[in-house]
Amino acid sequence: MSKIERREPLFHIVKNDAISFGKSLGIRIIAIFAGLIVVGILGMILIGENPFSIYSAMFDGAFIDVWTLLQNTALLLMFGIAVIPAFQMKFWNLGANGQVLVGCLASIACMKFLPVKFPQIQNWLLLLIMLVASIIVSCIWSVVPAIFKAFFNTNETLFTLMMNYIALTTVDYFVFTWDKTGSGTLGIVNLLNGQKGWMPDLGNKYLLPIIISIIMTAFMFVYMKFTKHGFEVALVGESVNTAKYVGINVKKVIIRTLLLGGIFCGILGFLYASCLSHTVNQQIGGLGFTAILVAWLANFDSVAMLFTSFFVVFLETGSKFISTKFQLNSTDYSNIVVGIIFFFIIACEFFIRFKIQINHQHQKTEKSEINAEKEGN
Amino acid sequence: MNNKIALELRNITKRFGTKVVANKNVSLTLYKNEILSLLGENGSGKTTLMNMISGIYFPDEGEILIDGQPAVIASPKDAYRYKIGMIHQHFKLVDTFTAAENIILGNNEPYKLKVVNSRVKEIASKYGFDIDPQKKIHEMSVSEKQTVEIIKVLYRGADILILDEPTAVLTPQEIEKLFAVLRRMRNDGKAIIIITHKLNEVMEISDRVSVLRKGEYVGTVNTSEVSEKMLTEMMVGKKVDLKIDRVSVEIKKPLLEIRDLTVKSDVGTTSIKDVSFYIRGGEILGVAGITGCGQKELCEAIAGLRPIASGSIMHDGSSIVGMSTREIINRGISMSFIPEDRLGMGLAPSFSITDNMMLKTYGDGHGPFVDRKSARARASALIDKLSIVTPSTETPVRRLSGGNVQKILVGREIESGPNVIITAYPVRGLDINSSYQIYDILNEQKQKGVGILFVGEDLDVMLALCDKIMVLCHGEVMGVVHAAKTTKEEIGLMMTGSLDKSELKEYGKAKDSNLSEEEWKNAEKEMEE
Repeated sequence: MSKIERREPLFHIVKNDAISFGKSLGIRIIAIFAGLIVVGILGMILIGENPFSIYSAMFDGAFIDVWTLLQNTALLLMFGIAVIPAFQMKFWNLGANGQVLVGCLASIACMKFLPVKFPQIQNWLLLLIMLVASIIVSCIWSVVPAIFKAFFNTNETLFTLMMNYIALTTVDYFVFTWDKTGSGTLGIVNLLNGQKGWMPDLGNKYLLPIIISIIMTAFMFVYMKFTKHGFEVALVGESVNTAKYVGINVKKVIIRTLLLGGIFCGILGFLYASCLSHTVNQQIGGLGFTAILVAWLANFDSVAMLFTSFFVVFLETGSKFISTKFQLNSTDYSNIVVGIIFFFIIACEFFIRFKIQINHQHQKTEKSEINAEKEGN
Repeated sequence: MNNKIALELRNITKRFGTKVVANKNVSLTLYKNEILSLLGENGSGKTTLMNMISGIYFPDEGEILIDGQPAVIASPKDAYRYKIGMIHQHFKLVDTFTAAENIILGNNEPYKLKVVNSRVKEIASKYGFDIDPQKKIHEMSVSEKQTVEIIKVLYRGADILILDEPTAVLTPQEIEKLFAVLRRMRNDGKAIIIITHKLNEVMEISDRVSVLRKGEYVGTVNTSEVSEKMLTEMMVGKKVDLKIDRVSVEIKKPLLEIRDLTVKSDVGTTSIKDVSFYIRGGEILGVAGITGCGQKELCEAIAGLRPIASGSIMHDGSSIVGMSTREIINRGISMSFIPEDRLGMGLAPSFSITDNMMLKTYGDGHGPFVDRKSARARASALIDKLSIVTPSTETPVRRLSGGNVQKILVGREIESGPNVIITAYPVRGLDINSSYQIYDILNEQKQKGVGILFVGEDLDVMLALCDKIMVLCHGEVMGVVHAAKTTKEEIGLMMTGSLDKSELKEYGKAKDSNLSEEEWKNAEKEMEE
């Protein structure tokens, strides 16, 4: 062992536990800009456009229709609000899609058949019945996995995921049964029938979902931060052992929290039926998975989700417009844009959680020693 | 003594992040044919220093010399090349493999178990180990597993052995055996470093003692020239009174009476079998036993976290069996169990101190909202009272050091004004000052007439603090002894089951029980139904 080899690692990865909010925001913004730069370079290579015209196309595309942009944000936000209580509890509910879909199906069923049976029915009563039906069915979809989780400790990820497929095929079954034309799709319900079960117009057809999403966000913020229920949810997510130790009925909390998620999904399903689509098909509820991304990016904070859901909708609408504006044959480049920027945002979490520390060279070490002495003094 | 230097550390410094300096300019010399104790409180950098010798960390500054030559130890493999072997506190063995298989694991040698077995036996007989190379690890006791770890490093030809708190998990008899082995290895020319914070063991086993304090090297002394008191002062940096008081309190009626309690473990085996005991108000009852002999299950059964198989638990004359955890808390029974990771039960690591303060009380009061204001006031009162070091009441507890975390847990439990305190390992991993603060708190509660069940590890502490000690072995009571009238050796024998006092005398039935014999019989009948 006469030869002294100096084999020390070039850098250390150090856990960064107490990063300030400003700093973490800064890292995220840098990540987005870095992503945009890569997007621009790829744009030059792949579609031969100037990066800046690509960026401006994204902005134009997103803000071409501000109301749609806001409504889509509101919808995504509502999906996110519906999943965060469960997520906070570390119950990975991937079933928001299915829950909204069956809720919508129940609403549509009421909308389609009640006016036929009771032609005298008041519109407000019909709407109320639709809402209740949607919430009940949606809750069934969310509470079944919760019961299995609470009593048999089944894996909720797979369970909720599979419930989505059951929802999809259930919708298929009813649509095929109800549809007499054989097209396999259900048209707009009650369009020519006095628009029974349709939400009255608030002067602006986009406004209602936006208002409801803001109410939901405020409710969830208060619920999670200041109520006893919210405290229990957070504690179960933090440590089931500690929750049991302080006398919390963990089974009850799991079921109750998933019921809350079911209620929110039910409201959303009702909104689709009464105000957004007036029909039911497999596309409804498709935002459920994007909502998971939105919830994660916001760290399950309902107010932060206002921003993340807006950002995600902005990004998706804006990048889709790129292919329109530059008359591309496919949306492939748009998908690349979305993918790259998400990649950068997710990857930057590493730099928020950890710090990279380059090892001191010998000279630097002396310097740091002096600094250490100064600090000591 | 042969004065050849085996290992020398020169000005070793290791930092974690920018703020934490785990070791600062530590210099240390280890001779052949000697046992060196490395002494220091928790967080003083003992394990970090040893991890640098065994190649797990790399020093930021300074150099390591082996046999007088500068050495670069960048990985555990390098450490083996330099004939350094470390026996970790938490064993790193594959449970389903045999001892021999574990020993050659990763050794890159032909898989010839016969050869290995005979070599293992050779090493074992040389140093006086007792081992069966073909026994599987999961069938072994803790001390056998430790033996495998030691033989593993010897098998690879280690000349420098580092043992990280090897005695923490052993009974007094097993410790004696281990020390005899260590002495034989020393006489064979090995250099041994032993990390411990039990002073009596330091005095008994080591030739020299090196002391670290807050990452800095304090000094090295010859064991024969110092006393325990002097070592403590070196370690803490100031004079410390090492005496634990056993305050005497007037005997009160039994508060918690347990008879014929049987509890099953998670996998369905019997963890606690026909255990009977009682705790009086103003009494500290110690529970001694090897790790995993049912202490956890006993605590959980009393707190209502684990269903019992049979038996009765009476609190103040009425049964609490079948009550919910919440109801048991409301009766004034407080349980605090400090698990090995210290945060597993009783606290929520990423919650703030305030939120942890209200873990058991958040549900109080009407209305749907939690009362954070009063919890914050209680948190800051507790911070002042127990001098908890924290930036604010809103700091997540996981960012505090171990001692402060435990003070919050124990402090919260006591603040709730319990009449029975069940506490398991309340000083686990604490430094001397914090430990004494916890003992003081317990004694204070005892004087107030609270009944305390103290599940402990350190027999010396239990002998000094407790009034009586119940010894468990495989979930059965081996006897209840008066702390003032027993010895460590006696308890050690009872812990391993070699001495069963319960055969001679029936324990755990108070003469002045809150219930008459008839009532006990009725309770028993009810349980059976």
